[in-house]
Amino acid sequence: MNQIDLKKLTAPPNPWHMLRSMGGVGIVCALLIVVAFQGTLPRINQNKAEALEKAVFQVLPGTKNRATFRVNPDGACEPFQGEARGQRLVYAGFDENNKLVGIAVEAQGQGFQDVIRLIYGYSPEKQAVIGYQVLESKDTPGLGDKVEKDPHFLANFDNLEVPLAPDGGALQHAIEFVKSGGKQHPWQIEGITGATISSRAIANIMQKSTAEMVPLLTKNLETFQAGQK
Amino acid sequence: MSNHPDAAAKTLDTNEFIKGLWKENPVFIQVLGMCPTLAVTNSVINAITMGLATSFVLIMSNLLVSSLRHVIPKQVRIATYILIIASFVTVADYVIQAVSLDVYKSLGAFIALIVVNCIILGRAEAFASKNSVGNSLLDALGMGVGFTFALLCLGGVREIMGNGTFLGYHVLSAHYQPWIIMILPGGGFFTLGAWLLLFNYLRKRKEKISMQ
Repeated sequence: MNQIDLKKLTAPPNPWHMLRSMGGVGIVCALLIVVAFQGTLPRINQNKAEALEKAVFQVLPGTKNRATFRVNPDGACEPFQGEARGQRLVYAGFDENNKLVGIAVEAQGQGFQDVIRLIYGYSPEKQAVIGYQVLESKDTPGLGDKVEKDPHFLANFDNLEVPLAPDGGALQHAIEFVKSGGKQHPWQIEGITGATISSRAIANIMQKSTAEMVPLLTKNLETFQAGQK
Repeated sequence: MSNHPDAAAKTLDTNEFIKGLWKENPVFIQVLGMCPTLAVTNSVINAITMGLATSFVLIMSNLLVSSLRHVIPKQVRIATYILIIASFVTVADYVIQAVSLDVYKSLGAFIALIVVNCIILGRAEAFASKNSVGNSLLDALGMGVGFTFALLCLGGVREIMGNGTFLGYHVLSAHYQPWIIMILPGGGFFTLGAWLLLFNYLRKRKEKISMQ
């Protein structure tokens, strides 16, 4: 190694060079991230909308068209179009004759590991939940995710009765959780052996959400029925 | 900086690619990147996606680090490498969300955690910062393929035994009772242990033969 090399190696770092390299790389990286974000944003939004659309049609069997409604803080619902972020939305499903099939509602609550997000369909005609799907769950693969796949558990939501009390202000029976094999009433959710915590969490989310939303949705039925016209 | 000890090696060396596949496999030999190796290999699709995402970040960061190796002062090199790696991980994160939300959901936080995968920073520091762009590309490709291969080895075994399927298709009879443990964290350790045993056995046997 010659003398010039030694000088270079032992020379104190030039602050300008350090600043230049970090600043330069920072600008390039910032540009890269913004381009990637902008480039993928339409596709990501489309994927999210498709996933939600699919879920709405699944939890409201027989639906051919849907309309979105915003739930205002005073409990009134109104047709809604535009950016969904930050809004409290419900989705009304209509059959081929434009008759209201039901309303799909998103709900969430604490699961075994993290928050579970789900969507369920409420039929005002049957006064029952007629479908359900988990949108987001990080519960244990193979055990906790049985709440998404187990046919016996999913059968709970084919006709989960949530009738209103005569005054229309609350449910006649709140949804209850019972252990596997203990279901006696149509408003009970039968848990899964081996995924008790996750299935109980689903029942709690459903209980809380239906107690609030079913009376609210019933009050707004005319708005939903008029929504498709 | 042209007098860097490794700067003379400007010609492409295919050994830089091959070494990552077997001799210096990042998982089975170097035992690096254990977090994604154990956490996301409960299915083949997760293993492939994580392998490809890591390879993408590895290749792009190696290319950029190698291209800028003469202009990045050594005092700020680690901060700069982390910035480069984190940016490409963010790009990979958006791309996976755009390709499939289901896969994105199943990989969860592990995509963001590629930033701290020691294989990537290790290759940037140990190789790309001292070698030509071409050789750095070969090194990243080799390590990326080797990493993806290792994840696939784990994901394949775990999905078949834990779910009776491969890439979602049933490969075992309907009577097969899945071993749930294989898709739980414990199964990851068992499978990794078994693969490490096999790789070490093969390596020892090769050494023994070459000594004779």
